[in-house]
Formats: sequence, C-alpha cells, structure tokens
Amino acid sequence: MPIGRKLLTIAIVLAALAAMNQIIEYGVGDFRINPYYARIISLVGINITLAVSLNLINGLAGQFSIGHAGFMAVGGYAATYLTVYHGAAIAATVGGTPMQGVGSLVVMTASLVTGAVAAGLAGLVVGIPSLRLKGDYLAIVTLGFGEIIRVIILNIPAVGGATGFTAALPITNIFWIYAVAVLTIVIVRNITQSTFGRALGAIRSDEIAAEAMGVATTRYKVLAFVISAALAGVAGGLWGQLFANPLNPQNLNFVKSIEVIVMIVLGGIGSITGAVLGATTLTILPEALRTFDQQFPGLRMVLYALLLILLMIFRPDGIMGRRELSLAWFRRRGGGPGQPGTRVAPLATAGTATRSTRDEGDG
Amino acid sequence: MASPVSSVLLDVREVTRRFGGLTAVKHLNLQVAAGTLYGLIGPNGAGKTTVFNLLTGVYAPSEGDIWFDGRRMHGQRPWQIATHGIARTFQNIRLFADMTVLENVMTAQHLRTSQMIGDAIIGSRRHHREERETRDRARHLLAIFGLEALADEPATSLPYGSQRRLEIARALATSPKLLLLDEPAAGMNPQESVALMDTIRWIRDEFSLTILLVEHNMKVVMGICETIHVIDHGESIATGSPADIQANPRVIEAYLGVG
Ligand SMILES: Nc1ncnc2c1ncn2[C@@H]1O[C@H](COP(=O)(O)OP(=O)(O)OP(=O)(O)O)[C@@H](O)[C@H]1O
Ligand SMILES: [Mg+2]
Repeated sequence: MPIGRKLLTIAIVLAALAAMNQIIEYGVGDFRINPYYARIISLVGINITLAVSLNLINGLAGQFSIGHAGFMAVGGYAATYLTVYHGAAIAATVGGTPMQGVGSLVVMTASLVTGAVAAGLAGLVVGIPSLRLKGDYLAIVTLGFGEIIRVIILNIPAVGGATGFTAALPITNIFWIYAVAVLTIVIVRNITQSTFGRALGAIRSDEIAAEAMGVATTRYKVLAFVISAALAGVAGGLWGQLFANPLNPQNLNFVKSIEVIVMIVLGGIGSITGAVLGATTLTILPEALRTFDQQFPGLRMVLYALLLILLMIFRPDGIMGRRELSLAWFRRRGGGPGQPGTRVAPLATAGTATRSTRDEGDG
Repeated sequence: MASPVSSVLLDVREVTRRFGGLTAVKHLNLQVAAGTLYGLIGPNGAGKTTVFNLLTGVYAPSEGDIWFDGRRMHGQRPWQIATHGIARTFQNIRLFADMTVLENVMTAQHLRTSQMIGDAIIGSRRHHREERETRDRARHLLAIFGLEALADEPATSLPYGSQRRLEIARALATSPKLLLLDEPAAGMNPQESVALMDTIRWIRDEFSLTILLVEHNMKVVMGICETIHVIDHGESIATGSPADIQANPRVIEAYLGVG
C-alpha cells in the first residue's frame, strides 16, 4: 500500500475508534448504552487481543503454551504500577493529569508499552530454555510460570497482594481496547504473510525439514513467543485499568489461560479470523446464558460446556479451520502464469532419453 | 583454514557414527569435487541416509570431520549448514504439509530474504517488494519442474512423483552449492525415473551444482553419476566410475546379499 493510503487508512480507523469510544463511553444525545453491555464490549476487545496473540505461538508456530494469563498478569501489573506510581509525574510533563486529555494519552501509551516490555522480557526468560527442547516442555514450563507469577504477586504489597491492585486508575476505554485489538490483528496478519510467518509455518509442519531449509527454529520460536507474550502484556494493561475491574491474582490464574486456548481452538487454531470469532463468542456466550440463572442455577455452565462439545463434534477444526476471511474468498484464485522465457527442465521428454540403457535392476 | 584440495567441495574425513552398539557409518572418507554428480549407493541399511544426516547436521559424527567449501562443519546446527550451501531432499518426503506447493518453495527461500521482522510488521515497501520477488522466484522454480499449474494446491495432494520433484524444487530454492538427493526416484514409474535423470543432470548444469545422489534405481545411478561410492554395513567397499563399480566383485557380492 502506498504510504499516503496507509496513513489515510490509519486516520479513518482512529476516527472510527474515537467515534465508537464516544458512543459507548459517553453516549450520543439521549442515548446511553447499558453499562453492562459496555463492559461486555470491552471484554470482547481485550479477549480478541489475547486470542489473536496466543494464536501466534499456539496456532502459527504450533507450540503449545498455556501461560497466557501469566504474561497478561506481568504486563497488567507492570502497566498499572506505572500509572499508579508514576502516572501523575508522566502526565505532568505534558501539563495534564492521567485521567483526561493529552495527559491520559501519554500515560496510557507509557503504561501499555511498559506492560509489553515487561511481559516480553518474561516471555524471553521462559521461552529461551523451554523452546530449545522438543516436545511439551513449553506447556509444562508456561503452566508453572503462570502459577509462580501468581504467588509472587500475592506477596507484593505495593500492588495489593491478594486483595488485588485496587489503587489502579480506570484509564482504559473502548478506544484503547480496540486500537490495541486492531493493532494486534494487523501485526499478526502481517507476520503470517512474511518470511517470518512462513518460517513459523514450517516449524509447525516439520521442524527437521524447516531446519534443513535454513530456518533457525529456536530463534523464531522464541521471537514468536516474545511477541505473543508482549501483546498479552498489553491486554493485561488494558484489563488491569478497566473501570471496576481491579487486577487480581485469582482472575489471572490458569483457568484464564485455558479460556484463551478454548477461544482459539473454537475459532480454528491458526486462523486470525477464527481467534476473533472465538474470543467474541466465548465472551458473549456465558453472559447470554445468564438469563437461565434465576430459574435454573448452574444450568448456564452446563449449557456452555454442551455448546462447546457440540461445536467440536460438528466442527472439529473450529469455526474457521485454518482459513481466513479475506477478499480472496470472493475472487477467483489466480494461477499465475509461468514467466515467459522460463527454461524448463526436460521433463516433457520422458521416455525419449537415450543414455542409461544398462539394466541393473532396481537394486 | 582451507581444505587441502581446492577443487574438493565436500571432504568427509574418517567419519564414524554410532547409535548405541550399532555403527551405522565406519571411517567414511568421501571427496566430492565441485560440479560432480556423485553417487552414494549400498544395500538397505548400509548407512546412506545416515551419511546425509551427518552432512546436514541432523546427527553429529561420533568421530571424524566434515569439511564443506573450505569450512569445518563441526558443531554446526542444520540451519547453519543450510546457510553454508547444503540442501537436501528426504527419503520419506517431508514437505510442509499444510502449505501449498508455492508456499513450500517460498518458505525455502528463507535465507535469501532479509528476514527483517520489523519491515513485515509495518508492511513496508521493501517487504512487499521482497515478497513479490520471493513469489516470482518460487514460480520460476516450479515452472522448471513442471509444477507451476499446481502452485496453489496443497503440497500433499500431489502425486508421489510430483512431491519428490517439489522437494527438489524446494531444496533448490535455498540456493545451495551442494544438493543431496535421497532416493529421488523412489516410487516413480520408469518413464518418470528416466525424466528425473535428465532433470537432475540439467539442474546440475543450469545451477552449477554439485550433487550427491543416493538411489536404489541402478539405471538412474549408472546413467548419470560420474563417480560412485559404495558402502555396505557402514563400510566403504568401492569408489570409482560406473563401469568400475559394475565390474567390482565386492560390490556384486554386497548386492547379491551375502551377509
Ligand atoms: N537414529 C537412529 N538410531 C538408531 N539407529 C539408526 C538411526 N538412524 C539409522 N540407524 C541405523 O543405522 C543403519 C543405517 O541406516 P540408514 O537409514 O542410514 O540406511 P540406508 O542406507 O539409508 O538404508 P535404506 O536404503 O533402507 O534407506 C540402520 O541399521 C539403521 O537402523
Ligand atoms: Mg536411506
């Protein structure tokens, strides 16, 4: 895309996000959205970021990580810590406050970058030793990592310990949530259509063949893992500073990791569109099923599980399989022509070769 | 440090590889001159694939040294060896199963691309240009092997013979100096095998390659190799021209299945 058009696209997306933010956070005219719905919309956005980023390592690179909540926690606590303890100072540099205007823009940016860096570093520390090894070490190590992070957080009073980080400022809004979701989708999509993405696909498919083609498998796995962790960290930063949603070690345990895995499996592992659909469905579904709560307490989770089981029976590869929703679906596949003047190996001459008439049998 | 004989591209010196109690390759010495079409033959279980795995760093030698293009390959990871210019095909085809034919070849051009992840993430112009070049070159390689019409098909949907040719195209995409072919004619019918011989010779000339060929089809081996090395139970039993090898009593004995 030419640079001009790219900038235009970015401007349009930002304007749309700002409009969406205005409508959902503040309303238009007399219209106010039900805060409960607003909250679900926020959670959908955050879960999209989580699912799409986890898909990079679990879906594209084919490595099984179950520590996404751990990275979310690292990023979330780091981001929130920055805002709580340094937010005022940062906002003051542009003459504002963390809660509004330019001040909030700067603080949020700094906070989310901090979350990304912290979670990315954690990803590096976890990834280097476990991704060198073949097999399911990553699953075990990431599981352990998530639990260790939880225990560490419980023991840091500055971030609230077991009570949760209640000092957090609610600076997350729809604009940020969906800006991050869009950015995550764009990053992961661009990766898939690159040398890096193909290297990850090769690793998923056959590591021995990938290495034989020059793919430094460990390096790429670690890189994908770090990017994935960093994006989870940003999602954590959003989640931790969402209104009335204090970061709490209990919320970011291994169940949350599993929830994100279920999202990508449901959507179709390896598919970005699938991850978005999976995240959306699995955020809305449990809420939609709440209507049953008064009459039949407990039925909600049964139905939820049943729906998942049915889906997996009828669509074992998830909603999308590995496919993506794209314009190419509507176009006819263009089998490219061979270049004019390509010299072709003498395959067409099968049977006419003259040498090698000695018959040794086939050994 | 350079290899002692300058025209020797691949120099295997006294290489032994043991698997527990089994010695799969014993004191192998192999000198392959640049530009040669070199055959490595031997009965089943002789150790041929193990030699390929040693050359590509999948296994490390238990003893001995491998020199390639003047460099000692000791301790190099397979991807590093690919960087130095050794590419291979696999006896039991190892295509990237969930990729298309074209993507398989594009993936193998990994080493030619800048690998700038930042460029890819922001979708820079350089990235797009490089993607286009990668795709064009992949199509070109597919055209050479008569596979361009199948570019967008899943790689594993191809018939066996085409999969083998695709594996060669994929290996060539890494721009190797030395190409290792492990039984490329396996599963091909006689016509395909004859055509394959011509193809192998043709790509050697066209890409200025050195080729090391493992093949059970003697018609193919004798037809195109300039030098042949025979191993049996890991031990070298003969080296020479196709005519020498065919006349060699030890080779005949090995192939008649004594021991
Ligand atoms: N990873 C391994 N572990 C243990 N033994 C092995 C291993 N790889 C190969 N071998 C053994 O080494 C010997 C040589 O095997 P190799 O596959 O190199 O033979 P080959 O000449 O390629 O045979 P074929 O013609 O059947 O392909 C065999 O006895 C095999 O069982
Ligand atoms: Mg073999």
